[in-house]
Amino acid sequence: MAKVKIEVPELTGRIEFPQMKEGATAATRCHVAKEKDMIALGFPATLVPDWKEKAVQKLDELLKKYKSLQVYLDICVKCGSCTDKCQFYLGTKDPRNMPVARQELLRKVYRRYLTLSGKVLGSLVDAEDLTKETLDEWYTYFHQCSECRRCSVFCPYGIDTAEITMAGREILDSIGYGQKYVTEIINKVYTIGNNLGMPGPAIQSTLDFLKEDLKETTGADVEFPMDVKGADVLLVTPSADFFASPHVESLAGYAKVFKQAGISWTLSSHASEAGNFGMFIGNFGVMRKVASRIREGIEEIKPKRLIHGECGHAWRIAYSFWNTLIGPFDSLDPKYPAPQHICEFTHDLIKRGALKLDKTANDEFVVTMHDSCNVARGARMGNSPGGQFEIPREIIRATCNKYVDMAPETIREKTYCCGGGGGILTDELIDIRIKGAMPRMQAYKAVKDSHGVNFLALICAICKAQFTKVLPYYGYPMEEVGGVHQLVGRAIVLGGKEGL
Amino acid sequence: MLTIVFTAMAYGAVFVFVAGFLAKMYKYAKTPSPLKIPTTPAPLNPIGAGIRVLGDVIFFKSLFKGNKWTWIGGIVFHYAFLLVILRHLRYFLYPVGWDMSLQNTGIYAGIVLPIAVLYLLMRRTTVDRTMFVSSLPDYFALALIFGIAVTGLLMKYYVRPFMVDVKGFIFGLATGHFSTVPLEPVFLLHLTLVMLLLVYFPFSKLVHAGGIFFSPTRHQCDNPREKRHINPWSPNLSA
Repeated sequence: MAKVKIEVPELTGRIEFPQMKEGATAATRCHVAKEKDMIALGFPATLVPDWKEKAVQKLDELLKKYKSLQVYLDICVKCGSCTDKCQFYLGTKDPRNMPVARQELLRKVYRRYLTLSGKVLGSLVDAEDLTKETLDEWYTYFHQCSECRRCSVFCPYGIDTAEITMAGREILDSIGYGQKYVTEIINKVYTIGNNLGMPGPAIQSTLDFLKEDLKETTGADVEFPMDVKGADVLLVTPSADFFASPHVESLAGYAKVFKQAGISWTLSSHASEAGNFGMFIGNFGVMRKVASRIREGIEEIKPKRLIHGECGHAWRIAYSFWNTLIGPFDSLDPKYPAPQHICEFTHDLIKRGALKLDKTANDEFVVTMHDSCNVARGARMGNSPGGQFEIPREIIRATCNKYVDMAPETIREKTYCCGGGGGILTDELIDIRIKGAMPRMQAYKAVKDSHGVNFLALICAICKAQFTKVLPYYGYPMEEVGGVHQLVGRAIVLGGKEGL
Repeated sequence: MLTIVFTAMAYGAVFVFVAGFLAKMYKYAKTPSPLKIPTTPAPLNPIGAGIRVLGDVIFFKSLFKGNKWTWIGGIVFHYAFLLVILRHLRYFLYPVGWDMSLQNTGIYAGIVLPIAVLYLLMRRTTVDRTMFVSSLPDYFALALIFGIAVTGLLMKYYVRPFMVDVKGFIFGLATGHFSTVPLEPVFLLHLTLVMLLLVYFPFSKLVHAGGIFFSPTRHQCDNPREKRHINPWSPNLSA
């Protein structure tokens, strides 16, 4: 395997419009899916011989199934509002990473085969034949998009490139041209139950280790229950929380919060994955099949409440899609939102004074927060719009003395993606990931220089994995990355005030 | 002879415009939305979502967030065009009535319109990013509207066809009491360009005029936990 060429953008603390470089990342392409994973997901194992006809047929089918796709392929006026909004364009300088140019890859084929003007007038109206070159461009550039929806905020019609990217990937899968990373992970969920491929006993041993570790460091008995039928709360969290650092620290944080709340809770070895990469490939059936494990987990555990851990795309799916995919949640207690985010749960306890928090425990940190794209623009927390921004910040402020926000054009609904979302968190795309993280890194550097920030608080497993990998390339230690509940876990005074 | 040709063309163009546009809107309306995908933060109820859409339709709010220079050009262009169209209702109304009050404003708007088109063209060609994504259809739409505006202004300030004839012809088309087409070349060119725009409209990016109402990221409200959204083509787990 050829070594991936890596170029790290220079950090200045400012996000500047790049001088465009055509084809800059045209050659950066992720690995093609393995046959066994494609077959497991119900796709052709390899590129089918009649791919051109099949691709156009699939596009036609998707146009009839998705209002978003049909409307968005028609109505773009190329005003240019989106052109400087994508972190992958800003980082790679490749104009094909401008949202409108990325959409155009699909749009020109749509026009050629599925619109009257394109059939009659052809290239006069930007209609182009589907060639192998175009197909490869789809593969390249639909995997340099993280489906973060930042462009859709600034589009006068709300055109969401994520919808186009998802359709593009769905077409590629349907003709046997899938991506290795995502299909491999979904197959792990199908066969083992979670993205990391950890069977129940492996999760149990992590939980046992965590429990012993907390006993040693804090002297307290913090439980990490699994598969406890009839527990009040079923916690569904990304499997990275059982394995990776700093993810595990947040898991410890959730456990401490539950202990202080005096609520019985459990994990499920069956519903052991909140993440759902089915969304990344835009396939409704795969997404529902992955999500159905959550439904089965509920049926097995019979909890009153369903609470969701720190993960961005997973929270979008849980909050916005679960009710459609696997609802209704009639067996749960209707007094509580279903699902409920762990931040909503913790925030509620803090508001009611049910948690004792010692802010000085985090005095070594000056904290800032990166809003995860899918939480910011694809979901909500709390009862009012924008709660997904306020609730985590209020939690952080309750757990530490020093908090600063990054520049306003880089947070909240205008937040940049970490650069690793949407199914591109794979080693062969590291150059794209580093460049995609550039805008966030510039904003991070600015608050480091002005306020001495040294902790980047996150609420997403992909953000955590991406930044621990990417920060060192920019010269910052990976230990500066952590979860919001890592801060909660450190500040919480165990036994300080128990029960509700 | 010319009268018959222009009368037929006018009816044809209006038919293509109305039928083509309605067909597109019908298609958008009936295409399902399998999932809730409002760009959040979003209003929590349908009324709020409707107000959000109107904010984009009337004030171009999202574009304002995106690019102030394009926003000012876009706002001036669209409102100038709207005023010009409203002014032209005088040719369809007898007596002209309320539309009289718009005549002066309409003329000013008519002067602003081609300037706004040139401004948008300048934006398109001087910023490297928009230059990269622009192509023939983008320039064609601007050129067409520029041509319509300029031929209109020519008639107001230079060639001045006999207005009674123009109104007679247009009013005749609208009411079915046909009269002869005025033989002023600038008027015929103006009319031809307008008919071209009408025919081009439903088959081009100009359908954004109606499509904006069907954008799920904007017209959907944020209530997926409270109200279960059903995917019509896969309503439940077994389907």
